[in-house]
Amino acid sequence: MSEFLIYKLILVGSVFGITLFVAAYSTYAERKVAAFLQDRVGPDRAGPFGIFQPLADGMKFIYKEEIIPVVSNKFLFVLGPCLAMLTAMMAGVLIPWGNTLIIGDQVYSLQIADLNVGILYVFGVVSIGVYGIMIGGWASNNKFSLLGAIRASAQMISYEIAMGLSIIALIIMTGTLSLGEISAQQAGGVGGDWNMWNVVYQPLGFLIFIVCAFAECNRTPFDLPECETELVGGYHTEYSSMKLGFYLFAEYINMFVSSAVISTLYFGGYNFPFMNDLGLDHNTISIIGTVVLFGKISFFIFFFMWIRWTIPRFRYDQLMNLGWKILIPLAVFNIFLTGLVMILLK
Amino acid sequence: MLTNRSKLVVKKEMTFAEKIYLPAILSGVAITIKHLFRRKATVKYPEKQREISEVWRGQHVLKRDDKGAERCTACGLCAVSCPAEAITMVAAERKKGEENLYREEKYAATYEINMLRCIFCGLCEEACPKEAIFLTDRIVSTDYERNGFIYGKDKLVEPVNERVDISKRQTPAVLAFKQQKRLSHNK
Repeated sequence: MSEFLIYKLILVGSVFGITLFVAAYSTYAERKVAAFLQDRVGPDRAGPFGIFQPLADGMKFIYKEEIIPVVSNKFLFVLGPCLAMLTAMMAGVLIPWGNTLIIGDQVYSLQIADLNVGILYVFGVVSIGVYGIMIGGWASNNKFSLLGAIRASAQMISYEIAMGLSIIALIIMTGTLSLGEISAQQAGGVGGDWNMWNVVYQPLGFLIFIVCAFAECNRTPFDLPECETELVGGYHTEYSSMKLGFYLFAEYINMFVSSAVISTLYFGGYNFPFMNDLGLDHNTISIIGTVVLFGKISFFIFFFMWIRWTIPRFRYDQLMNLGWKILIPLAVFNIFLTGLVMILLK
Repeated sequence: MLTNRSKLVVKKEMTFAEKIYLPAILSGVAITIKHLFRRKATVKYPEKQREISEVWRGQHVLKRDDKGAERCTACGLCAVSCPAEAITMVAAERKKGEENLYREEKYAATYEINMLRCIFCGLCEEACPKEAIFLTDRIVSTDYERNGFIYGKDKLVEPVNERVDISKRQTPAVLAFKQQKRLSHNK
């Protein structure tokens, strides 16, 4: 029992650390990608190629003056960023970071908890995330903050529907809600046994899912909650110091987790082509698989940034039109199509 | 419609391709990814300096004459001509025995240029009847304090043994312009 606890604690600790590390370096990557896409160099002064930039940014955030507006609700004002950070961190528990490791005669899974309602848990946690933004925006007692918070909640609720519906088609296909099982089903890939990634069977579902993921993470082109031109800073207008840092940081953690979920659901998770034909032992394959998963995640994080520095922001009515009038009907259509094909194939 | 320039606003319906956004997004994404591999336009400044024009107007210098005496006579024309009011000076009378230090009988005891106010227009150089102040190709360095940008005589007057070359700015056109002013006493 104690061995089990220690193993889980190590796993939780390392996932926690890696999540923070990746989120910190996402801020650096964001600035670098932005710079490179605009023919600039980006931060390159702190250390070689500026790799210590996240440390410098963090230090700056911590040492900035902390202002809590007098007219704000102090308890909720502090609770907002905490909640945003907490919910962002919680979703990482469900991701299968790799296949099993066999040490001695013990089998260690590289997934902290393989809930049989995995996806539902992820959705639940992600939808609590909107409370962080709403509470923060409301507690600031500022009209810009409030408008940003209203936009954020309306947007996230609208897109959650389409996101959930797009997942249903996938669940019809896989027959399970557990992320671990969905990963395992996609094992093999091209090579010995032909087993395609889910994106091959669910291209439309993937498209809907990734669009909704952009909206859920409040990323461009759906970053209306912090629309600078209209709302100053949106829901975090009144925030300063590390509390602002937490909000920004939570966005990057969300991005990391969404990338992990997208990779797991649609792009085979820790599986890679020819994995069964290399003739390597189980543990080596597992480690390579974890590296491959992080490669996929990095690609999707890059994709998030790539889109951000390409497309301008949607107008609010366009955003709502897209969510309610296009994505939801499309997702429903996708469910019918998947169901029809599943019946015909049986 | 009098000018025939007014345009009718047409509220165009979006085509299907425009409505689904994807073609436009894909073409945009293709453009940005091309820029990822382009040569960067950034000049890494302190290590690498951009090439500047020969007549670049940078940090000022107060010239000395051939014998090493300061040319400035504290007439104040530069301060008057300065549109940013960046120049202040206090005049003093030359004492006996200081002829090797100051060329004229009156000199500037203090001479300050506020580099934060200065717009580097070069009007002081144009106004100077004594060919004392010139703008050079040196760049005013940065500082953490505002006080550091008020340059006194210690920074402005050129050292006797390290003369600042200002000949680059004196192109034929500039010289011709100065000739017009008929500064006979400077010849």
